[in-house]
Amino acid sequence: MSIKIGTKTYADRIQEGIDNTFMRHAVSSAQGRFRTGRLKAAEELGDWEDWRTLGEEIRTHTMENLDYYLYQLSEQVEKRGGTVFFAETAEEANTYVQKVAEEKQARKVVKSKSMVTEEIGLNEALEKSGCEVVESDLGEWILQLDEDPPSHIVTPALHKNKSQIRETFVKKKGYTKTDDPEELAAFAREQLRQDFLEADIGVTGCNFAVAESGTVTLVTNEGNARMVSTLPDTQIAVMGMERIVPTWEELEVLVSLLTRAAVGQKLTSYITSLTGTRLENEVDGPEDFHLVIVDNGRSKILGTEFQSALHCIRCAACINVCPVYRHVGGHSYNSIYPGPIGAVLTPLLDGYEDHKELPYASSLCAACTEACPVKIPLHEHLIRHREIIVEKEQKTTKAERLAMTGFAQWASTPAAYKLSTKMAGTVLKPWTKDGSIKNGPGPMKAWTAARDFPAPAKKSFRTWFDEREKRREKDDRL
Amino acid sequence: MTVYNRERFLDQLAGQLGRDRRTSAERPAYSVQPQERVFQGADQDQLLEKLKEQCKIIHTNCLVTTADELGETLRHVWDEDHIQNIVSAGGPRLEAYGLSDIYETMRQDGYHVHVWDEQEGRKNVTTAEKAGAGIVFSDVTLAESGTVTLFNDRWNGRSISLLPETFVAVIPKSTLVPRMTQAARIIHEQEKKGVPVSSCVSFITGPSNSADIEMNLIVGVHGPVKATYIVVDDM
Repeated sequence: MSIKIGTKTYADRIQEGIDNTFMRHAVSSAQGRFRTGRLKAAEELGDWEDWRTLGEEIRTHTMENLDYYLYQLSEQVEKRGGTVFFAETAEEANTYVQKVAEEKQARKVVKSKSMVTEEIGLNEALEKSGCEVVESDLGEWILQLDEDPPSHIVTPALHKNKSQIRETFVKKKGYTKTDDPEELAAFAREQLRQDFLEADIGVTGCNFAVAESGTVTLVTNEGNARMVSTLPDTQIAVMGMERIVPTWEELEVLVSLLTRAAVGQKLTSYITSLTGTRLENEVDGPEDFHLVIVDNGRSKILGTEFQSALHCIRCAACINVCPVYRHVGGHSYNSIYPGPIGAVLTPLLDGYEDHKELPYASSLCAACTEACPVKIPLHEHLIRHREIIVEKEQKTTKAERLAMTGFAQWASTPAAYKLSTKMAGTVLKPWTKDGSIKNGPGPMKAWTAARDFPAPAKKSFRTWFDEREKRREKDDRL
Repeated sequence: MTVYNRERFLDQLAGQLGRDRRTSAERPAYSVQPQERVFQGADQDQLLEKLKEQCKIIHTNCLVTTADELGETLRHVWDEDHIQNIVSAGGPRLEAYGLSDIYETMRQDGYHVHVWDEQEGRKNVTTAEKAGAGIVFSDVTLAESGTVTLFNDRWNGRSISLLPETFVAVIPKSTLVPRMTQAARIIHEQEKKGVPVSSCVSFITGPSNSADIEMNLIVGVHGPVKATYIVVDDM
């Protein structure tokens, strides 16, 4: 997979999302739970706005000094026996990981959940090198068995129900029990335990690297990331280059923001901070540790008006409050990063060409900006994207550009404007019933397919105003 | 132990930021410090109450005992779940809490108690995989979130707190602090002094869990299914 997950058109994806009743129900109920969890956690903590301010200040400072902190991180990792590979592109990152796998003659690779490895398509690369790759996060494992892309960055299989999951387990793994989530999870535990014990390489992502000590921190609940970093002899951690903090003091603040904003937990079950290889007298943990730091388009965002998009800590709070995501679901965005942050980030990482519709998948209600724990002005970025798409990139359709040119001419010609406002009611009369239009012609069709359009008033505002003024003059004279 | 492509990569970042490469950075004085205010001034008894409250939320059994009764408490925890095979962290604290003697008595009573022993290498992991319970000592305990912090090392392998179905943490009451802020500060201060952080710091909050299937909370996924904290009054 890469950042883009399919080839269907935007309109088709949206329609599919809207028609998927189970998914829409699941998403709206999940949004409700996530939202309540986040608000409750924020209230319990108190001073939430101060926490957000602190989060923003930390992210701003770190991005402004990113070259230094990445340097410090790499020095520290090396000091602790690790190898660091800076990868400018997805290909560079994948080739390096393939090389390590080949050197180790690895046959089985276990992974814990990582968005950046989805983004660069690492699984496919490793499979090409002859490795069996096993996703071990419960949600990711379900998706891997079903060959389905994630639809949410925290709970990737949100769009699936338990009977679909059961069916997948039956078909792919010979599961024989019920669709009770506990039983399904117990089955995954039993199946994956063997994979953890047999794997040659463990691949993890990285929520936050700590520059001062060369540490990679993973924020998880299931325990699979601990398995992946405890049992195999080789560990490869892959991180987006912006996922870093200066010291443990900043780490602690961002972790506190992340767990609350993501799931309303004070801390997740496991916050695991890994530094280099296991020490000489230790018997578990990797003897060989690699950190791959990925750019893949991120540096182009640095130093631009979109820099704060790199502040994202991947909590999905913006996704969980978005009314558009609620109705169309994650797959409609055609990106592994859905929702408001996805609509901001995807065109920046992968270009406007394939993702020009995303900034329009927003009502600009600003709920995302309000929910963001590090205060990224998401909706403002979306507006700016739209401006760029229209003005610089000229990515709008010919019909739209023609219509806009026409509109400009029409609206700046008083006679034409006057005539058409006067005529509108008459022209639309065949479609008007009881003061509204239910099945409009031509360009109105898209609107009236979903809701009524009010019929134009019998009198235009200007006519009404003129008549009123005349009446008043007359009254004054009396 | 090499670093690849660093100069090219970091030069590109500095270029984007419109300046020369930086060779140092001063952390700013942040305008707010809300993390310092959480449970500020609370004493150990108050922190213990907070911990107990939080344990109810994180599906964790919280017991309070004395050093003298620790053996009995442990036996009670194991018997409750019919656990016969136990793996335990070793090191100086084993003696300090009299656990060596307790384990010896238990072995005579038919329990299999394995104390992590680096000499045995990977065999420790295999033993942990078969054990019903893993026993560790908390290094720093976070009252707010109900979190046990482990500085994993030669005596406390990562597998002990991960592979067995039941996770048991012995928590010296003196290790209680308000929240992660204090634990992070300890590590940060040590780093500044040149004392390197342990190869794995595990912040563990109750049993493993997942909400990946229809947002239902499932307790016990890949890690432990059950968690018990035993707070020992050491003050």
